[in-house]
Amino acid sequence: MKLVTGNDLESGDVVWWTGDGWSRHVADAVDAGHAGESIAATEEAARRVNSPYVIDATATADGPRPAHIKDRIRAAGPTVRPDLGVRPADANRGEWVI
Amino acid sequence: MYKYDEYDQAIVDARVGEFRDQVNRRISGEMSEDQFKPLRLMNGLYLQLHAYMLRVAVPYGTMDARQMHMLATIARKYDKGYGHFTTRQNIQYNWIKLDQAPDILAELATVEMHAIQTSGNCIRNISSDQFAGAAADEVEDPRPWAELLRQWSTFHPEFSYLPRKFKIAVIGAEEDRAAVKLHDIGLQLYRNDAGEVGFRLFAGGGMGRTPMIAPVIREWLPKGDLLSYVESCLRVYNRYGRRDNMYKARIKILVHEIGAAEYARQVEEEWAHVKTLGLDPPASEFERIAGYFAPPAYDADLPDTVDRTDPDFTLWIDQNVSAHKQPGYAVVTISLKPAEGIPGDASADQIDLMADLADKYGHDELRVTHAQNIVLPHVRKRDLHTIWQALEGAGLATPNLDLISDIIACPGLDYCSLANARSIPLAQKIAGRFADLDRQRDVGELKLKISGCINACGHHHAGHIGILGVDRKGEENYQLSFGGSAAEDTSLAKIIGPGFNEDGVVDAVEKAVETYRGLRTEGERFLDTYRRVGLAPFKEAIYG
Repeated sequence: MKLVTGNDLESGDVVWWTGDGWSRHVADAVDAGHAGESIAATEEAARRVNSPYVIDATATADGPRPAHIKDRIRAAGPTVRPDLGVRPADANRGEWVI
Repeated sequence: MYKYDEYDQAIVDARVGEFRDQVNRRISGEMSEDQFKPLRLMNGLYLQLHAYMLRVAVPYGTMDARQMHMLATIARKYDKGYGHFTTRQNIQYNWIKLDQAPDILAELATVEMHAIQTSGNCIRNISSDQFAGAAADEVEDPRPWAELLRQWSTFHPEFSYLPRKFKIAVIGAEEDRAAVKLHDIGLQLYRNDAGEVGFRLFAGGGMGRTPMIAPVIREWLPKGDLLSYVESCLRVYNRYGRRDNMYKARIKILVHEIGAAEYARQVEEEWAHVKTLGLDPPASEFERIAGYFAPPAYDADLPDTVDRTDPDFTLWIDQNVSAHKQPGYAVVTISLKPAEGIPGDASADQIDLMADLADKYGHDELRVTHAQNIVLPHVRKRDLHTIWQALEGAGLATPNLDLISDIIACPGLDYCSLANARSIPLAQKIAGRFADLDRQRDVGELKLKISGCINACGHHHAGHIGILGVDRKGEENYQLSFGGSAAEDTSLAKIIGPGFNEDGVVDAVEKAVETYRGLRTEGERFLDTYRRVGLAPFKEAIYG
């Protein structure tokens, strides 16, 4: 599957395209299919999200899992500070990242 | 310490106002990211993996307690309660909101700080010896010259758009604690045979993807000619630096391609003109600046001995306390490398504590080191035990300075958008493998440095053991190098062979250390043994 991701303009937070907006949780991300580049271009022009781009991911029972470790770390937060991550209550988050 | 005059303050205040307007225009949608990015970078504001990151300049690594307290305030009020001290003697905050960035800069300006010259292709924040003004081996305090360079370089219109970033370091001792030969320009104050103090100037050094050791461009430069000569160096670089290829745009490439002798010839030719322009300040102006760096009012007749009956305190004294030029005083290095910690990170409470200690016991001075530690440069020996107790209570008394767990590590893939691999977890694993302090002390001085990408912010080229994280088909992989040094015996580490995964590189480091222990002669550091015996026995132990 293809996800669209970027950083929120004001907060800098990592955000994921949900089909009609942006979420801070990768679990909310939807498969952008072939429309990813077009969505990224439109959102870039709207100037709400910085440098949106398209990534590969796989669908899992826990939601989309970005293919590259960089995007998995973006999704979950620094692996060395799980207390600061996006899903701090998820005890398996570290496993998911690696 | 230097204090802003009305012009310094006005310049910094005006920049805050200007940036606030730029941020407002970006948030309103008036500006695109492409238009805004160079403006935010000129104010130290990056966009990293998880958020905006603000890099605050600490000129030549020197601060007073008031400034350090402000760093804690910013960590607490605008970030997530901590900051990261960097290999450029600066501090970075990892979780900044764009609309709050101007407020942070406004608060910094109230204590004479800013984030200018921490990004972009300009002359970056000047770095220096963290022991400047205190070191027993110093010829002259380099900080007045660093401050002169700061004033000259800040917003210098001719050098705002250089081919690439430009880093200058200044030292005043034979022992190089600032890696001068790995800078674009390195300056070393020394005394000649006639007893005069002047500069030796190196140019064309650096790390990154093409590491190079700077050659001497001028063996002797009278101090009064510093600005005109450095300006001449920059002019030649600005004219001929490779603007067509960012990977070949640093001065080191120019100096390497045309040769040090030809570069020096061109600088001398340029200087013949530049030095007639009246750029060098009159002695009175330099003396005005130097006056801010006068030694503190040392107490006389202080005891020069320390009670060594407490073994833990004694261990810390032996490892983290250095000689001071003034009898009865010492230099304290506070390790920001506790077991399982993140190299260079300090919480707001820890930052406040260090500021309090500087205020109460350290003549109101602190330094940031390029090894990501903090220094109290002027401490009475009689106060050392009290200071140690306070540090111990805050997790800041790890006695590991220059040992294998005193690791330099860049933020790596946990934070940095440029990184290919994580640095911090690897640093933690290596430090954990050598957690036994007796073992660390038996190994002795071993500078281990980790970078998460080829840009080398973790100085891996200059590590006795250097580790570079790379991306190998989407997996983190680590290349191991031996034999680097950033000290006066500067050398570049060489890759020893195929890379490893994270656990593999920890094992390899341990095998290298054990090989060294088996081969060393009396008094040899890891680096000395490696230089004497070469790579073969280490390679055999690791790959054999």
